[in-house]
Amino acid sequence: MAQVFPRSANWASKASILAALLIVASILGVVLNINRIDYVSMVGVAIDQPVHFSHKHHVTGMGIDCRYCHTTVEVSAFAGVPPTETCMTCHSQIWTEAPILEPVRASFRDNKAIEWNRVHDLPDFVYFNHSIHVSQGIGCQSCHGQVDQMPLMMKAHTLNMEWCLDCHRDPAQFIRPRDQVFNMNYEYPANQETLGKSLVADYDVQTSQLTNCSICHR
Amino acid sequence: MLASSGCELRQAMYNQEKYEPLEASAFFDDGLSFRNQVTGTVARGQMMLDTHYYQGMVDGQLASTLPVTVSQELLERGQERFNIFCSPCHDQTGSGNGMIVKRGLKQPPSFHQQRLRDIPVGHFYDVITNGFGVMYSYASRIPVEDRWAIAAYIKVLQLSQNVEFDQLPAEDQRQLQ
Repeated sequence: MAQVFPRSANWASKASILAALLIVASILGVVLNINRIDYVSMVGVAIDQPVHFSHKHHVTGMGIDCRYCHTTVEVSAFAGVPPTETCMTCHSQIWTEAPILEPVRASFRDNKAIEWNRVHDLPDFVYFNHSIHVSQGIGCQSCHGQVDQMPLMMKAHTLNMEWCLDCHRDPAQFIRPRDQVFNMNYEYPANQETLGKSLVADYDVQTSQLTNCSICHR
Repeated sequence: MLASSGCELRQAMYNQEKYEPLEASAFFDDGLSFRNQVTGTVARGQMMLDTHYYQGMVDGQLASTLPVTVSQELLERGQERFNIFCSPCHDQTGSGNGMIVKRGLKQPPSFHQQRLRDIPVGHFYDVITNGFGVMYSYASRIPVEDRWAIAAYIKVLQLSQNVEFDQLPAEDQRQLQ
């Protein structure tokens, strides 16, 4: 019986080995990198909410401090989403007829919580704590971006583990004086490298432990 | 099949069978995982018997003294909390010209009028705790200790706008002359 493949078909078998390798490599590449894509991590994507609350208006326009609404950010793991009562502190008097605020008034009337959609949702095996970051000189902005410029809330960073570790490996890059944590217009000084190092020392940040698994995972 | 069950396992780790703060619940009728305290019960730390500290009242009258020790630290804390919670309406000097007032909220009385200068400090604690007029209660937002720090700081603000010339430090007197 004659050979099925002529000798001249050898190049095709060699090419197919190479192609198979390339296919495997590209699948691996997609799997390993898919979480870095903004489309997947939802960076820069405004999440729809029951009320189109604007941080830009309330923070930049009205000059309201982050802690006016996020009251537990300094003392608890959870920064706190304000109860409807907080909205109504002003909005029982201002914009009382505005249709955009009807869900807020309905929530207050019926004693039923507004169901906000989460923007920053870490996996349940990550035990992030706001209070320690705030008290050790990590500004709101470092993780949440320019919230004071966001008409609608969106993630500014991936919050991937790789991104967390960027800072946990060397917090001196991002640390700032404690009294500047809530300043949304803070500018890092030119000598951040030296200032950062001295702040890390002053605030007793245990850099040797920051990359331990159990710092974030339990 | 392997891949899909792998994804399910991964999802089960991402969203575990536990409640995160304020997460919705399918278990309770009201849909809240956060449970309100049962009416008529007192939790540990809620035995608020010290009426001076918790209500700003002494013998049924507004307290004219602070139940906490005044220190530089307390006043600085008061200043910080005042600027966060009060200044949107009362402005940072306490005159009542805050940004929210400029946007239409009823103007609160200035702290620098005689009636409020004479009023016992317990009044400010009481108003923060229970609200007053169109002002809502801030009891759920400002812990008791901070309310006293703010009340003390309001007294500082009042003094800052109403001080006799000869009580000023020598340095300030020289500048004014």
